Amino acid sequence: MYRYIAQRVLLAIPTLAGAAALVFVLMRLIPGDVCVVRLGSSGGNVDARVIAACHAELGLDRPVILQFLDFVWNFSRLDFGISMWSGKPVAEEIATRLPISLEIAVMATVFAILIAIPLGTISALKQNSWIDHVVRTVAIAGIATPSFWLGIVSILAVLEISNAFFGAPWMPPIDYVPFWEDPLRNLSMAILPALTVGYRYAAVSMRMTRSAMLEVLREDYIRTARSKGLLERLVINRHALKNALLPVVTLIGIEFAFLIGGLVVTEQVFNLNGVGRLFVLAVQNQDYTLTQALVMLTVAIFVFTNLAVDLLYGWLDPRIRFG
Amino acid sequence: MIRASALATAGLGAIFCVASVSASAAGESPKRGGTLTYMIPADAPPSFDGHRETTYATMHAAAPFYSVLIRVDPDNPSSTTDFVCDLCIGMPKPTDEGKTYTFKIRQGVKFHDGTPLTAADVAASWQEIVHPPDGVSSARESYFIMVDKVEATDPTTVVFRLKFATNAFLPALADPFAWIYKKEILDKDPHWYEKNIMGSGPFKFAGYEIGQSIKGVRNPDYYHAGQPYLDGFIGIFAAKQAVRVDAIRADRAAMEFRGLPPSARDELVRELGDKITVQASDWNCGNLVTPNHKKKPFDDVRVRRALALAIDSWHGAPALAKIATVHTVAGIVFPGSPLAASKQELEPLAGFWPDIGKSRDEARRLLKEAGAEGLKFELLNRNVDQPYKYVGTWLIDEWSKVGLQVTQRVLPTGPFFDALRHGTFDVTVDFNCQGVVNPLMDIGKFLPHSVYEENYGGYDDQKEIDLYQALLHETDTSKQRAMIRAFEKYVLDTQTHMIMTPWWYRIVPARSYVRGWKVSPSHYVNQDLANVWLEK
Repeated sequence: MYRYIAQRVLLAIPTLAGAAALVFVLMRLIPGDVCVVRLGSSGGNVDARVIAACHAELGLDRPVILQFLDFVWNFSRLDFGISMWSGKPVAEEIATRLPISLEIAVMATVFAILIAIPLGTISALKQNSWIDHVVRTVAIAGIATPSFWLGIVSILAVLEISNAFFGAPWMPPIDYVPFWEDPLRNLSMAILPALTVGYRYAAVSMRMTRSAMLEVLREDYIRTARSKGLLERLVINRHALKNALLPVVTLIGIEFAFLIGGLVVTEQVFNLNGVGRLFVLAVQNQDYTLTQALVMLTVAIFVFTNLAVDLLYGWLDPRIRFG
Repeated sequence: MIRASALATAGLGAIFCVASVSASAAGESPKRGGTLTYMIPADAPPSFDGHRETTYATMHAAAPFYSVLIRVDPDNPSSTTDFVCDLCIGMPKPTDEGKTYTFKIRQGVKFHDGTPLTAADVAASWQEIVHPPDGVSSARESYFIMVDKVEATDPTTVVFRLKFATNAFLPALADPFAWIYKKEILDKDPHWYEKNIMGSGPFKFAGYEIGQSIKGVRNPDYYHAGQPYLDGFIGIFAAKQAVRVDAIRADRAAMEFRGLPPSARDELVRELGDKITVQASDWNCGNLVTPNHKKKPFDDVRVRRALALAIDSWHGAPALAKIATVHTVAGIVFPGSPLAASKQELEPLAGFWPDIGKSRDEARRLLKEAGAEGLKFELLNRNVDQPYKYVGTWLIDEWSKVGLQVTQRVLPTGPFFDALRHGTFDVTVDFNCQGVVNPLMDIGKFLPHSVYEENYGGYDDQKEIDLYQALLHETDTSKQRAMIRAFEKYVLDTQTHMIMTPWWYRIVPARSYVRGWKVSPSHYVNQDLANVWLEK
């Protein structure tokens, strides 16, 4: 087991190196120049000497291969450098945004699991009943509805409803406060985006749970368990659900990793200062160092989430052995 | 506020009027306390250095921390000629035939770190703006071509020596970005202020969450007695308009200072009734149609004139004003300025003819004569809704009425400016957005690229430059007015180097409890929040 984990962690190194090379090259293929964007974004022409000084300050006047080697060397020491746009350490830029993205991702995942697994299971158990039809309709609506649209509608709904009931429109706070400073304010800010993102997430997971359950329920070992007179609750929970969860866990893992940096539009709608919004700004501003660090962070999250999912397989299905 | 003349020019009868201004005009005494929360329509400022930046994202975030030498009167910011001291004591009378201005600096002013602010700090800050050292960018260096030297002759005196006398100097000096920095810091690192804040303004820096919010607290040592009234402020960054409007609606924020479109104003007024007040003003910004003179057939003045003659601004402006942040038809000078053209002065110029039928007949004749009938071309526009896309779409419709077939290419800001700089466009919707109304400097945008770097028309015109130079050196305002008309006729009619579209219109809805702040013709002006107070 430990050897397996060590192997997987070591395997992450070439993955990260490949991603590093790819993002480094791709960023430099995009037309434009961070110094021109930074100094002339309002339309003015900037003195060539000032641009040259900016290049020198950011190290962009050095040969590309040296820039790459620097990047790899610094990255291997977990030194992500300085943002070319803001001049602040990249680690600080990301650390400021990560908590809210992580919080939304965790809340959306909890919401999705709490909704998807029970409803997906019930839907499979009551196949083709009215309950199944309702659950399937809710799931398909969730998949078809863009999260950002749902976000806009939910804000408007909250404004209208609060206005109708209390005589004054209310909406969640738009400036982030950490949970440990003001839990109520923090949660009231995070709950709406978590629900809107979690709905789509739950819908996808619900569909997966239902289809996996339907498949497992037709397996011989389920029939055997039932013929042995085992309680239906035990058949479902111990034998069917646990086995059906393998693809669901994979899906939840991938979705969770995606949520960390992928909530670009939802973050804009709710004015969340998260990693997704930072990603867009970094690319828009041609901030190489920040974009590179964010891509590496995303890759690392995917790699380690996949590892966690693989380890979870062993608990769900004891036949799976690592080594 | 909109002036009567400007309104008449636009031919519009109705504007939103302003409850809050009437309240402060009624002489209410300001109340102390409270925190103003406002929205800043941006993701984050590129830097905090006002000398380097030209964006309101920097201005709205950092202006409350800084002092300036002189400024537009915060109690009368709609005036285009009312300048008052901030750090100086008494506006000076120029000497040496208008070429020397001597400012006495207030004593006892302290930076937020407790050190005294002296004339040396003022001179060093202005020196950086007027003559930036190598490797340092000063966004408004070109506004100070008349300045020869800035020196601190003693700890309380700053002297500006000009190369020539000009009326453009004082308005340029009132630039709201000309923040006074500490000399000692500038000497050590001229880039320090890009990432740090330390001024002597009404508020002390209290915190910045990158891309989220900026906070300030009352400066108890502020030198204007009794001010600021607020205990503090929070500026929240939000690039999306819907977020900002919702925030004002739900009172998560009291206002935003840049301006909202008519639809947002109407929504807030409908929802909030007397809990919202709206101030509005002509804006010292406008979209300019710029044909690329280096591309055929736009090198032909007949084609450029035809483009202007096809546009019916007199009827277009009132309709556009209902959906976009544009309003008033005017010439090259801000419509509220004493130097602006009257309607009668504009009507003979291409693009302002009162009889649009006759104007379009002439456009068709010119196009035929130039062999450009049914011309197809591309209009380059910026990916900004208000008012760029609205104006662009309107222009295309106007041009279609004389048989021109125009398509619109919309690019994000970076690639848009890239296309302008490289001249890869046929005709573009460029813009001229200025701060303090300073007609002599503001019309620099119409000068060839060799003189004014932000002109992208690709033409050279010595006669135009000569007209401008004479104008810049003239100090008699009545002569200046006549000369500016000649310049205007030359640029818009004789050569049609550029084509005016209706000037922008600034609409600022705010929660009714916000008092003291008055709208100005620029979203850069009057942003230090010293005179803002809360009635709640």
